Amino acid sequence: MSDAISIQNLNVWFGEHNDLFQAVKNASLTVAKGASFGLVGESGSGKSTILRALTGLAPQWEGQMSINGTDLTEKRDKQFYKTVQMVFQDPYASLHPRQSVDQVLSETLHLHGFQDIDNRVNKLLDDVGLGPAFRFRYPHQLSGGQRQRIAIARALAAEPKILLLDEPTSALDVSVQAEILNLLCDLRAEHGLTYLMVSHDLAVVAHMCERAAVMRNGEIVEIIEVADMRAGKTTHDYTAQLLHASANRVG
Amino acid sequence: MTTLLDVDNLWVRFPSRTGVFDAVRGISFSLGRERLGIVGESGSGKSLTGRAILRLIRSPGIVEAGHINLHGDNLLAKSEAEMRKVRGEKISMVMQDPKFSLNPVMTVGDQIIEAYRLHAKASKAEAYKKSVEMLKAVSIRDAERVMKAYPHEMSGGMGQRIMIAMMLIPNPEILIADEPTSALDVSVQGQVLSIMDKLVKERGMGLIFISHDLNLVSQFCDRVLIMYAGRIVEVCDAAKLHEAKHPYTRGLLGSLPRFDEPRDRLQVLTRDPAWREAPSVEARL
Repeated sequence: MSDAISIQNLNVWFGEHNDLFQAVKNASLTVAKGASFGLVGESGSGKSTILRALTGLAPQWEGQMSINGTDLTEKRDKQFYKTVQMVFQDPYASLHPRQSVDQVLSETLHLHGFQDIDNRVNKLLDDVGLGPAFRFRYPHQLSGGQRQRIAIARALAAEPKILLLDEPTSALDVSVQAEILNLLCDLRAEHGLTYLMVSHDLAVVAHMCERAAVMRNGEIVEIIEVADMRAGKTTHDYTAQLLHASANRVG
Repeated sequence: MTTLLDVDNLWVRFPSRTGVFDAVRGISFSLGRERLGIVGESGSGKSLTGRAILRLIRSPGIVEAGHINLHGDNLLAKSEAEMRKVRGEKISMVMQDPKFSLNPVMTVGDQIIEAYRLHAKASKAEAYKKSVEMLKAVSIRDAERVMKAYPHEMSGGMGQRIMIAMMLIPNPEILIADEPTSALDVSVQGQVLSIMDKLVKERGMGLIFISHDLNLVSQFCDRVLIMYAGRIVEVCDAAKLHEAKHPYTRGLLGSLPRFDEPRDRLQVLTRDPAWREAPSVEARL
Protein backbone atom coordinates (compact mmCIF):
# COMPACT_ATOMS: atom_id res chain seq x y z
CA MET A 1 0.00 0.00 0.00
CA SER A 2 1.37 3.39 -0.92
CA ASP A 3 1.51 6.22 1.58
CA ALA A 4 -1.09 8.97 1.48
CA ILE A 5 1.57 11.67 1.43
CA SER A 6 5.20 11.14 0.66
CA ILE A 7 7.71 13.98 0.47
CA GLN A 8 11.37 13.32 -0.40
CA ASN A 9 14.15 15.93 -0.31
CA LEU A 10 11.80 18.86 -0.74
CA ASN A 11 13.33 22.31 -1.20
CA VAL A 12 11.17 25.41 -1.49
CA TRP A 13 12.30 28.90 -2.40
CA PHE A 14 10.66 32.29 -2.36
CA GLY A 15 11.75 35.45 -4.14
CA GLU A 16 13.75 36.28 -7.24
CA HIS A 17 17.30 35.63 -8.44
CA ASN A 18 19.44 37.74 -6.13
CA ASP A 19 16.87 37.86 -3.36
CA LEU A 20 16.24 34.16 -3.09
CA PHE A 21 15.17 32.73 0.24
CA GLN A 22 15.10 29.03 0.90
CA ALA A 23 12.14 28.38 3.17
CA VAL A 24 12.32 24.58 3.25
CA LYS A 25 15.58 22.66 3.10
CA ASN A 26 15.74 19.01 2.17
CA ALA A 27 12.59 17.94 4.00
CA SER A 28 11.41 14.34 3.85
CA LEU A 29 8.38 12.80 5.47
CA THR A 30 5.72 10.19 4.83
CA VAL A 31 2.18 9.99 6.13
CA ALA A 32 0.38 6.66 5.98
CA LYS A 33 -3.24 6.41 4.86
CA GLY A 34 -5.64 7.34 7.64
CA ALA A 35 -2.87 8.68 9.85
CA SER A 36 -2.58 12.11 11.35
CA PHE A 37 0.80 13.82 11.15
CA GLY A 38 1.83 17.06 12.83
CA LEU A 39 4.32 19.75 11.87
CA VAL A 40 5.58 21.85 14.76
CA GLY A 41 8.11 24.63 15.07
CA GLU A 42 8.48 28.37 15.52
CA SER A 43 7.05 30.88 13.09
CA GLY A 44 9.26 31.10 10.03
CA SER A 45 10.44 27.51 10.36
CA GLY A 46 8.78 26.50 7.11
CA LYS A 47 5.93 24.35 8.40
CA SER A 48 3.17 26.15 6.51
CA THR A 49 5.39 26.32 3.43
CA ILE A 50 5.36 22.53 3.16
CA LEU A 51 1.56 22.60 3.02
CA ARG A 52 1.64 25.39 0.47
CA ALA A 53 4.12 23.46 -1.69
CA LEU A 54 1.86 20.41 -1.56
CA THR A 55 -1.20 22.35 -2.72
CA GLY A 56 0.73 24.20 -5.41
CA LEU A 57 0.66 27.60 -3.70
CA ALA A 58 4.47 27.77 -3.58
CA PRO A 59 5.54 27.26 -7.18
CA GLN A 60 9.34 27.25 -6.72
CA TRP A 61 10.07 23.82 -5.39
CA GLU A 62 12.33 20.91 -6.10
CA GLY A 63 12.31 17.33 -4.92
CA GLN A 64 9.67 14.64 -4.92
CA MET A 65 6.15 14.85 -3.58
CA SER A 66 3.55 12.19 -4.13
CA ILE A 67 -0.05 11.73 -3.08
CA ASN A 68 -1.33 8.13 -2.89
CA GLY A 69 1.62 7.02 -4.97
CA THR A 70 1.13 9.57 -7.76
CA ASP A 71 3.99 12.00 -8.20
CA LEU A 72 3.09 15.67 -8.24
CA THR A 73 4.17 17.77 -11.19
CA GLU A 74 4.22 21.51 -11.59
CA LYS A 75 0.54 21.63 -12.50
CA ARG A 76 -2.03 19.90 -10.34
CA ASP A 77 -4.95 18.21 -12.05
CA LYS A 78 -8.58 18.11 -10.93
CA GLN A 79 -8.10 14.72 -9.37
CA PHE A 80 -5.51 16.20 -7.02
CA TYR A 81 -7.92 18.80 -5.68
CA LYS A 82 -10.54 16.13 -5.24
CA THR A 83 -8.14 14.21 -3.04
CA VAL A 84 -6.38 17.01 -1.16
CA GLN A 85 -8.03 20.01 0.47
CA MET A 86 -6.73 22.65 2.83
CA VAL A 87 -8.19 24.48 5.85
CA PHE A 88 -6.57 27.83 6.53
CA GLN A 89 -5.60 29.47 9.78
CA ASP A 90 -7.75 32.54 9.94
CA PRO A 91 -11.47 31.95 9.44
CA TYR A 92 -11.95 35.71 9.34
CA ALA A 93 -9.77 36.06 6.26
CA SER A 94 -10.49 32.86 4.36
CA LEU A 95 -14.22 33.34 3.73
CA HIS A 96 -15.54 35.85 1.20
CA PRO A 97 -17.32 38.57 3.20
CA ARG A 98 -19.98 39.19 0.54
CA GLN A 99 -20.88 35.57 -0.14
CA SER A 100 -23.35 33.64 1.94
CA VAL A 101 -22.54 30.18 3.26
CA ASP A 102 -24.81 28.78 0.55
CA GLN A 103 -22.88 30.56 -2.23
CA VAL A 104 -19.51 29.48 -0.86
CA LEU A 105 -20.48 25.82 -0.61
CA SER A 106 -22.55 25.63 -3.82
CA GLU A 107 -19.78 27.17 -5.87
CA THR A 108 -17.24 24.74 -4.48
CA LEU A 109 -19.58 21.80 -5.18
CA HIS A 110 -20.29 23.09 -8.66
CA LEU A 111 -16.56 23.41 -9.41
CA HIS A 112 -16.05 19.83 -8.36
CA GLY A 113 -18.79 18.77 -10.76
CA PHE A 114 -21.45 17.54 -8.36
CA GLN A 115 -25.09 17.49 -9.44
CA ASP A 116 -27.27 17.26 -6.33
CA ILE A 117 -25.91 20.49 -4.86
CA ASP A 118 -28.92 21.30 -2.70
CA ASN A 119 -28.76 18.03 -0.76
CA ARG A 120 -25.03 18.16 -0.49
CA VAL A 121 -24.97 21.65 1.03
CA ASN A 122 -27.34 20.50 3.76
CA LYS A 123 -25.32 17.33 4.28
CA LEU A 124 -22.08 19.32 4.62
CA LEU A 125 -23.63 21.70 7.15
CA ASP A 126 -24.86 18.69 9.12
CA ASP A 127 -21.41 17.12 8.97
CA VAL A 128 -19.80 20.11 10.61
CA GLY A 129 -22.56 20.37 13.22
CA LEU A 130 -24.23 23.57 12.03
CA GLY A 131 -27.52 22.52 10.46
CA PRO A 132 -29.56 24.14 7.66
CA ALA A 133 -30.36 27.30 9.67
CA PHE A 134 -26.89 28.60 8.84
CA ARG A 135 -27.20 28.13 5.12
CA PHE A 136 -28.15 31.67 4.14
CA ARG A 137 -25.98 33.55 6.57
CA TYR A 138 -23.05 35.77 5.71
CA PRO A 139 -19.65 35.38 7.42
CA HIS A 140 -20.17 38.47 9.61
CA GLN A 141 -23.23 36.78 11.09
CA LEU A 142 -21.12 33.87 12.30
CA SER A 143 -18.76 33.53 15.25
CA GLY A 144 -15.12 32.55 14.77
CA GLY A 145 -15.81 28.90 15.54
CA GLN A 146 -18.78 28.77 13.18
CA ARG A 147 -16.68 30.32 10.42
CA GLN A 148 -14.00 27.71 10.88
CA ARG A 149 -16.72 25.04 10.63
CA ILE A 150 -17.77 26.53 7.28
CA ALA A 151 -14.16 26.51 6.12
CA ILE A 152 -13.97 22.84 7.08
CA ALA A 153 -17.27 22.16 5.28
CA ARG A 154 -15.86 23.82 2.17
CA ALA A 155 -12.78 21.62 2.33
CA LEU A 156 -14.97 18.53 2.74
CA ALA A 157 -17.16 19.46 -0.23
CA ALA A 158 -14.91 17.67 -2.70
CA GLU A 159 -15.02 14.52 -0.54
CA PRO A 160 -11.25 14.57 -0.15
CA LYS A 161 -9.15 11.83 1.38
CA ILE A 162 -6.47 14.14 2.71
CA LEU A 163 -6.94 17.37 4.66
CA LEU A 164 -4.12 19.84 5.13
CA LEU A 165 -4.77 21.83 8.29
CA ASP A 166 -2.81 25.05 8.70
CA GLU A 167 -3.17 26.11 12.35
CA PRO A 168 -6.93 25.46 12.24
CA THR A 169 -7.58 26.61 15.81
CA SER A 170 -4.95 29.18 16.66
CA ALA A 171 -7.31 32.10 16.01
CA LEU A 172 -9.98 30.63 18.30
CA ASP A 173 -10.72 30.61 22.03
CA VAL A 174 -9.81 27.47 23.97
CA SER A 175 -13.44 26.50 24.49
CA VAL A 176 -14.12 26.79 20.74
CA GLN A 177 -10.82 25.11 19.95
CA ALA A 178 -12.02 22.05 21.87
CA GLU A 179 -15.19 21.89 19.74
CA ILE A 180 -13.27 22.18 16.47
CA LEU A 181 -10.66 19.60 17.48
CA ASN A 182 -13.42 17.16 18.49
CA LEU A 183 -15.16 17.81 15.17
CA LEU A 184 -11.93 17.09 13.28
CA CYS A 185 -11.45 13.85 15.22
CA ASP A 186 -15.01 12.75 14.43
CA LEU A 187 -14.71 13.62 10.74
CA ARG A 188 -11.47 11.72 10.47
CA ALA A 189 -13.09 8.60 11.92
CA GLU A 190 -16.24 8.98 9.82
CA HIS A 191 -14.66 9.67 6.43
CA GLY A 192 -11.35 7.87 6.94
CA LEU A 193 -9.36 11.05 6.36
CA THR A 194 -5.62 11.58 6.49
CA TYR A 195 -4.47 14.75 8.24
CA LEU A 196 -1.32 16.77 7.85
CA MET A 197 -1.60 19.42 10.53
CA VAL A 198 0.54 22.46 11.24
CA SER A 199 0.47 23.96 14.70
CA HIS A 200 2.76 25.86 17.00
CA ASP A 201 0.92 24.40 19.99
CA LEU A 202 2.54 21.13 21.02
CA ALA A 203 -0.42 20.11 23.17
CA VAL A 204 -2.76 20.41 20.18
CA VAL A 205 -0.47 18.38 17.95
CA ALA A 206 -0.05 15.77 20.68
CA HIS A 207 -3.83 15.55 21.01
CA MET A 208 -4.53 15.22 17.29
CA CYS A 209 -1.59 13.36 15.80
CA GLU A 210 0.32 10.11 16.18
CA ARG A 211 3.57 11.37 14.74
CA ALA A 212 5.08 14.79 14.29
CA ALA A 213 8.01 16.49 12.57
CA VAL A 214 9.83 19.22 14.46
CA MET A 215 11.08 21.99 12.20
CA ARG A 216 13.63 24.72 12.62
CA ASN A 217 14.94 27.20 10.02
CA GLY A 218 13.39 25.24 7.18
CA GLU A 219 14.84 21.90 8.21
CA ILE A 220 13.14 18.93 9.80
CA VAL A 221 15.29 18.28 12.84
CA GLU A 222 13.39 15.30 14.13
CA ILE A 223 10.44 13.06 13.34
CA ILE A 224 9.05 11.74 16.55
CA GLU A 225 6.20 9.54 17.77
CA VAL A 226 3.84 11.57 19.92
CA ALA A 227 4.02 8.91 22.64
CA ASP A 228 7.79 9.43 22.79
CA MET A 229 7.30 13.18 22.83
CA ARG A 230 4.97 12.90 25.81
CA ALA A 231 7.48 10.68 27.56
CA GLY A 232 10.24 13.22 26.87
CA LYS A 233 12.22 10.76 24.75
CA THR A 234 13.64 13.22 22.26
CA THR A 235 16.76 12.68 20.20
CA HIS A 236 17.33 16.28 19.18
CA ASP A 237 18.11 19.11 21.62
CA TYR A 238 15.82 21.52 19.88
CA THR A 239 12.78 19.31 20.47
CA ALA A 240 13.66 19.14 24.15
CA GLN A 241 13.98 22.93 24.24
CA LEU A 242 10.61 23.34 22.56
CA LEU A 243 9.01 20.92 25.01
CA HIS A 244 10.53 22.75 27.92
CA ALA A 245 9.46 26.16 26.60
CA SER A 246 5.87 25.05 26.13
CA ALA A 247 5.64 23.51 29.59
CA ASN A 248 7.23 26.36 31.58
CA ARG A 249 6.67 29.50 29.71
CA VAL A 250 7.79 31.82 32.45
CA GLY A 251 11.54 31.39 32.30
CA MET B 1 -0.71 45.65 50.49
CA THR B 2 -1.21 49.27 49.44
CA THR B 3 -3.86 49.85 46.83
CA LEU B 4 -2.60 51.60 43.71
CA LEU B 5 -5.71 51.48 41.64
CA ASP B 6 -9.32 51.02 42.64
CA VAL B 7 -12.08 50.49 40.09
CA ASP B 8 -15.66 50.72 41.30
CA ASN B 9 -18.69 49.52 39.34
CA LEU B 10 -17.24 49.95 35.84
CA TRP B 11 -19.59 49.78 32.86
CA VAL B 12 -18.62 50.05 29.19
CA ARG B 13 -21.50 50.46 26.75
CA PHE B 14 -21.80 50.73 23.02
CA PRO B 15 -25.01 52.02 21.44
CA SER B 16 -26.05 50.00 18.41
CA ARG B 17 -29.01 49.79 16.08
CA THR B 18 -30.54 47.08 18.21
CA GLY B 19 -30.13 48.90 21.50
CA VAL B 20 -27.26 49.54 23.89
CA PHE B 21 -24.75 46.72 24.18
CA ASP B 22 -23.12 46.35 27.59
CA ALA B 23 -19.61 45.06 27.05
CA VAL B 24 -18.44 45.44 30.65
CA ARG B 25 -21.20 45.19 33.25
CA GLY B 26 -20.41 46.68 36.62
CA ILE B 27 -17.10 45.23 37.74
CA SER B 28 -15.16 46.33 40.80
CA PHE B 29 -11.58 45.45 41.58
CA SER B 30 -8.41 46.88 42.98
CA LEU B 31 -4.74 46.50 42.22
CA GLY B 32 -1.80 46.62 44.61
CA ARG B 33 1.88 46.10 43.87
CA GLU B 34 1.16 42.69 42.37
CA ARG B 35 0.63 40.87 39.13
CA LEU B 36 -3.09 40.71 38.50
CA GLY B 37 -4.28 38.50 35.66
CA ILE B 38 -7.55 39.03 33.81
CA VAL B 39 -8.63 36.01 31.76
CA GLY B 40 -11.66 35.20 29.68
CA GLU B 41 -12.76 34.37 26.16
CA SER B 42 -12.86 36.89 23.36
CA GLY B 43 -15.76 39.23 23.95
CA SER B 44 -15.69 38.87 27.72
CA GLY B 45 -14.68 42.51 28.17
CA LYS B 46 -11.14 42.02 29.45
CA SER B 47 -9.41 44.30 26.94
CA LEU B 48 -12.08 46.97 27.29
CA THR B 49 -11.48 46.97 31.04
CA GLY B 50 -7.81 47.78 30.42
CA ARG B 51 -8.64 50.47 27.91
CA ALA B 52 -11.33 52.00 30.10
CA ILE B 53 -8.81 52.52 32.91
CA LEU B 54 -6.66 54.65 30.61
CA ARG B 55 -9.78 56.31 29.17
CA LEU B 56 -8.90 55.10 25.70
CA ILE B 57 -12.49 54.27 24.75
CA ARG B 58 -13.74 56.82 22.30
CA SER B 59 -17.25 57.94 21.46
CA PRO B 60 -19.75 56.39 20.74
CA GLY B 61 -18.47 54.05 23.46
CA ILE B 62 -19.65 55.06 26.92
CA VAL B 63 -17.63 54.47 30.09
CA GLU B 64 -19.37 54.79 33.45
CA ALA B 65 -18.02 53.98 36.88
CA GLY B 66 -18.40 54.92 40.51
CA HIS B 67 -14.76 55.83 40.38
CA ILE B 68 -11.45 54.75 38.88
CA ASN B 69 -9.09 55.92 41.57
CA LEU B 70 -5.34 56.10 41.15
CA HIS B 71 -4.00 56.79 44.66
CA GLY B 72 -7.41 58.15 45.59
CA ASP B 73 -7.42 60.46 42.59
CA ASN B 74 -10.41 59.88 40.28
CA LEU B 75 -9.26 59.45 36.68
CA LEU B 76 -12.79 59.94 35.37
CA ALA B 77 -12.85 63.50 36.70
CA LYS B 78 -9.70 64.50 34.84
CA SER B 79 -9.60 66.58 31.67
CA GLU B 80 -8.08 65.14 28.52
CA ALA B 81 -4.92 67.24 29.06
CA GLU B 82 -4.54 65.87 32.58
CA MET B 83 -5.10 62.34 31.30
CA ARG B 84 -2.15 62.74 28.95
CA LYS B 85 0.01 63.26 32.04
CA VAL B 86 -1.33 60.01 33.48
CA ARG B 87 -0.83 57.92 30.36
CA GLY B 88 2.75 56.77 30.18
CA GLU B 89 3.88 58.53 33.32
CA LYS B 90 1.60 56.81 35.84
CA ILE B 91 -0.06 54.02 33.87
CA SER B 92 1.17 52.63 30.58
CA MET B 93 -0.04 49.90 28.32
CA VAL B 94 1.59 47.25 26.13
CA MET B 95 -0.70 46.13 23.33
CA GLN B 96 -0.98 42.76 21.66
CA ASP B 97 0.83 43.15 18.40
CA PRO B 98 4.05 45.17 18.14
CA LYS B 99 3.51 45.43 14.38
CA PHE B 100 0.56 47.72 14.92
CA SER B 101 1.65 49.64 17.97
CA LEU B 102 5.05 50.93 16.84
CA ASN B 103 5.22 53.86 14.44
CA PRO B 104 6.44 52.39 11.13
CA VAL B 105 8.03 55.63 9.84
CA MET B 106 10.07 56.56 12.92
CA THR B 107 13.23 54.83 14.03
CA VAL B 108 12.99 52.81 17.22
CA GLY B 109 15.40 55.24 18.90
CA ASP B 110 13.35 58.32 18.04
CA GLN B 111 10.21 56.70 19.40
CA ILE B 112 11.75 55.74 22.71
CA ILE B 113 13.43 59.13 23.09
CA GLU B 114 10.11 60.81 22.38
CA ALA B 115 8.37 58.71 25.03
CA TYR B 116 11.03 59.66 27.56
CA ARG B 117 11.24 63.37 26.79
CA LEU B 118 7.47 63.82 26.88
CA HIS B 119 7.53 63.06 30.56
CA ALA B 120 11.03 63.94 31.79
CA LYS B 121 12.90 67.16 31.25
CA ALA B 122 16.02 65.77 29.64
CA SER B 123 18.40 66.80 26.89
CA LYS B 124 18.51 64.72 23.73
CA ALA B 125 21.87 63.27 24.68
CA GLU B 126 20.62 62.18 28.10
CA ALA B 127 17.48 60.73 26.58
CA TYR B 128 19.57 58.80 24.06
CA LYS B 129 21.74 57.36 26.80
CA LYS B 130 18.73 56.44 28.89
CA SER B 131 17.04 54.79 25.89
CA VAL B 132 20.06 52.64 25.14
CA GLU B 133 20.16 51.57 28.79
CA MET B 134 16.49 50.70 28.66
CA LEU B 135 16.93 48.60 25.52
CA LYS B 136 19.74 46.76 27.26
CA ALA B 137 17.46 46.21 30.24
CA VAL B 138 15.03 44.33 27.97
CA SER B 139 17.91 42.11 26.79
CA ILE B 140 18.51 43.67 23.41
CA ARG B 141 22.17 43.01 22.73
CA ASP B 142 23.18 45.51 20.07
CA ALA B 143 21.09 48.39 21.40
CA GLU B 144 22.93 51.07 19.40
CA ARG B 145 22.03 49.37 16.12
CA VAL B 146 18.42 48.85 17.18
CA MET B 147 18.12 52.56 18.03
CA LYS B 148 18.78 53.39 14.38
CA ALA B 149 16.54 50.67 12.96
CA TYR B 150 12.92 50.91 11.82
CA PRO B 151 10.22 48.66 13.33
CA HIS B 152 9.85 46.53 10.18
CA GLU B 153 13.47 45.45 10.56
CA MET B 154 12.69 43.89 13.93
CA SER B 155 11.25 40.46 14.66
CA GLY B 156 8.04 40.09 16.67
CA GLY B 157 9.83 39.28 19.90
CA MET B 158 12.23 42.22 19.48
CA GLY B 159 9.31 44.51 18.66
CA GLN B 160 7.49 43.50 21.81
CA ARG B 161 10.62 44.06 23.92
CA ILE B 162 10.99 47.49 22.35
CA MET B 163 7.37 48.23 23.26
CA ILE B 164 8.05 47.19 26.83
CA ALA B 165 11.16 49.40 26.93
CA MET B 166 9.17 52.32 25.59
CA MET B 167 6.35 51.82 28.06
CA LEU B 168 8.66 51.47 31.06
CA ILE B 169 11.02 54.32 30.32
CA PRO B 170 8.78 57.03 31.86
CA ASN B 171 8.81 54.85 34.99
CA PRO B 172 5.07 54.29 35.44
CA GLU B 173 3.55 52.78 38.56
CA ILE B 174 1.15 50.53 36.73
CA LEU B 175 1.65 48.57 33.54
CA ILE B 176 -1.35 47.19 31.67
CA ALA B 177 -0.26 44.40 29.34
CA ASP B 178 -2.99 43.37 26.88
CA GLU B 179 -2.09 39.93 25.50
CA PRO B 180 1.57 40.97 25.26
CA THR B 181 2.79 37.58 24.10
CA SER B 182 -0.10 36.15 22.08
CA ALA B 183 1.51 37.15 18.78
CA LEU B 184 4.82 35.52 19.73
CA ASP B 185 6.28 32.02 19.54
CA VAL B 186 6.41 29.93 22.72
CA SER B 187 10.18 30.08 22.90
CA VAL B 188 10.15 33.89 22.67
CA GLN B 189 7.17 34.25 25.00
CA GLY B 190 9.26 33.01 27.90
CA GLN B 191 11.95 35.62 27.29
CA VAL B 192 9.54 38.51 27.01
CA LEU B 193 7.63 37.44 30.10
CA SER B 194 10.68 37.02 32.27
CA ILE B 195 11.96 40.46 31.24
CA MET B 196 8.62 42.02 32.07
CA ASP B 197 8.48 40.13 35.33
CA LYS B 198 11.96 41.24 36.36
CA LEU B 199 11.32 44.91 35.60
CA VAL B 200 7.96 44.94 37.31
CA LYS B 201 9.47 43.39 40.45
CA GLU B 202 12.53 45.65 40.52
CA ARG B 203 10.45 48.78 40.24
CA GLY B 204 7.69 47.63 42.55
CA MET B 205 5.07 48.24 39.91
CA GLY B 206 1.53 46.96 39.67
CA LEU B 207 0.83 44.84 36.61
CA ILE B 208 -2.50 44.07 34.98
CA PHE B 209 -1.96 41.12 32.68
CA ILE B 210 -4.78 40.51 30.22
CA SER B 211 -4.73 37.13 28.52
CA HIS B 212 -6.91 34.35 27.19
CA ASP B 213 -4.30 31.77 28.14
CA LEU B 214 -5.14 30.17 31.49
CA ASN B 215 -1.95 28.17 31.88
CA LEU B 216 0.19 31.19 31.22
CA VAL B 217 -1.69 33.32 33.73
CA SER B 218 -1.51 30.64 36.40
CA GLN B 219 2.26 30.48 35.97
CA PHE B 220 2.88 34.19 35.72
CA CYS B 221 0.44 36.09 37.95
CA ASP B 222 -0.31 36.39 41.68
CA ARG B 223 -4.07 36.81 41.49
CA VAL B 224 -6.50 36.08 38.69
CA LEU B 225 -9.90 37.53 37.77
CA ILE B 226 -11.99 35.38 35.47
CA MET B 227 -14.37 37.35 33.29
CA TYR B 228 -17.45 36.11 31.49
CA ALA B 229 -19.87 38.26 29.49
CA GLY B 230 -18.62 41.51 31.00
CA ARG B 231 -18.66 40.36 34.61
CA ILE B 232 -16.14 38.87 36.99
CA VAL B 233 -17.30 35.34 37.77
CA GLU B 234 -14.44 34.26 39.99
CA VAL B 235 -11.32 35.56 41.73
CA CYS B 236 -8.58 33.24 42.88
CA ASP B 237 -4.91 32.91 43.64
CA ALA B 238 -3.06 32.18 40.44
CA ALA B 239 -1.30 29.19 41.95
CA LYS B 240 -4.69 27.73 42.87
CA LEU B 241 -6.30 28.36 39.49
CA HIS B 242 -6.48 24.63 38.85
CA GLU B 243 -8.66 24.29 41.93
CA ALA B 244 -11.08 26.94 40.69
CA LYS B 245 -14.71 26.25 41.48
CA HIS B 246 -16.85 28.16 39.01
CA PRO B 247 -18.15 25.84 36.28
CA TYR B 248 -17.01 28.32 33.61
CA THR B 249 -13.41 28.31 34.83
CA ARG B 250 -13.54 24.54 35.20
CA GLY B 251 -14.93 24.26 31.67
CA LEU B 252 -12.16 26.42 30.24
CA LEU B 253 -9.51 24.38 32.02
CA GLY B 254 -11.11 21.13 30.88
CA SER B 255 -11.23 22.18 27.25
CA LEU B 256 -7.45 22.51 27.00
CA PRO B 257 -5.62 19.61 25.39
CA ARG B 258 -3.12 18.45 27.99
CA PHE B 259 0.34 17.41 27.03
CA ASP B 260 0.84 15.22 30.08
CA GLU B 261 -2.63 13.66 30.10
CA PRO B 262 -3.77 12.39 26.74
CA ARG B 263 -7.51 11.87 26.29
CA ASP B 264 -9.72 10.85 23.44
CA ARG B 265 -12.14 13.73 23.47
CA LEU B 266 -11.82 17.23 24.77
CA GLN B 267 -14.42 18.48 27.16
CA VAL B 268 -16.75 20.99 25.58
CA LEU B 269 -18.00 23.96 27.52
CA THR B 270 -21.77 24.05 28.02
CA ARG B 271 -22.79 27.56 28.89
CA ASP B 272 -25.37 28.09 31.58
CA PRO B 273 -27.48 31.23 31.00
CA ALA B 274 -27.38 31.77 34.77
CA TRP B 275 -23.66 32.67 34.59
CA ARG B 276 -24.53 35.74 32.59
CA GLU B 277 -27.07 36.90 35.15
CA ALA B 278 -25.06 36.16 38.29
CA PRO B 279 -23.80 39.35 39.93
CA SER B 280 -20.19 40.31 39.42
CA VAL B 281 -17.75 39.13 42.09
CA GLU B 282 -15.93 41.95 43.82
CA ALA B 283 -12.19 41.57 43.44
CA ARG B 284 -10.80 44.01 45.97
CA LEU B 285 -7.71 43.30 48.04
